[in-house]
Amino acid sequence: MAETKQFFYLNRKAPYGTIYAWESLEVVLIGAAFDQDVSLAFVEDGVYQLTKNQDTTGIGMKNFSPTYAALGDYDIKKVYVEQESLTERGLTLDDLQHLTWEDEDEDWAEKDSITVVSRAEMAALMDAADVVFSF
Amino acid sequence: MPTLHTVNKSPFEKTALAACLAHATAGSAVLLFEDGIYGALRGSAVADTVAAALQSVKVFALEPDVRARGFAPDRLIEGIEIVADYAGFVDLATEYSKVQAWL
Repeated sequence: MAETKQFFYLNRKAPYGTIYAWESLEVVLIGAAFDQDVSLAFVEDGVYQLTKNQDTTGIGMKNFSPTYAALGDYDIKKVYVEQESLTERGLTLDDLQHLTWEDEDEDWAEKDSITVVSRAEMAALMDAADVVFSF
Repeated sequence: MPTLHTVNKSPFEKTALAACLAHATAGSAVLLFEDGIYGALRGSAVADTVAAALQSVKVFALEPDVRARGFAPDRLIEGIEIVADYAGFVDLATEYSKVQAWL
């Protein structure tokens, strides 16, 4: 078996205005099949991807935001959101979807996937990754 | 006749909104749509700039784009008017002598 690498997906774009957010999600889900150590990071306008209550009926586009809730089922447990990016946009954690994963070692206890980190902590996470995918 | 300015880019990614507000003359209007609606939300780093612009220009936000991004009209900066749908965008355009897009 090949060595496990730390894959770090860096999301910096708002959803719907460009295709980046959706493309990132697709690559993440495909990549999840390869049993790597996956982290998702949301910085700058990327934090807008995770807002709850997205309703695209008026713009004729697919609402792909429910897919984020399925990440836990793909064993993606590490979702990092940058505090400074939220603050600049007038957002709090409460504006975002509540993403969870189930821990099979603790009788499938539901645990939070999102960790809010500072910009400095985010920088350290990027440094520690083996591969960074940018969207 | 005044101009309707349109902004469809996030104010955190492009300078379109800042440039638009710096050039929009008194009595003109600004419509925020697509990712431009992020400039219409309360509490952000650009909210004070938009609120100041409301003293001299009308600012509109397109509701379907606001809702698509997870927000309700009650999250908009006070004084911003909501445009209900894309047909409303067209109606608004006809009320102004021209439309100037800030891409």
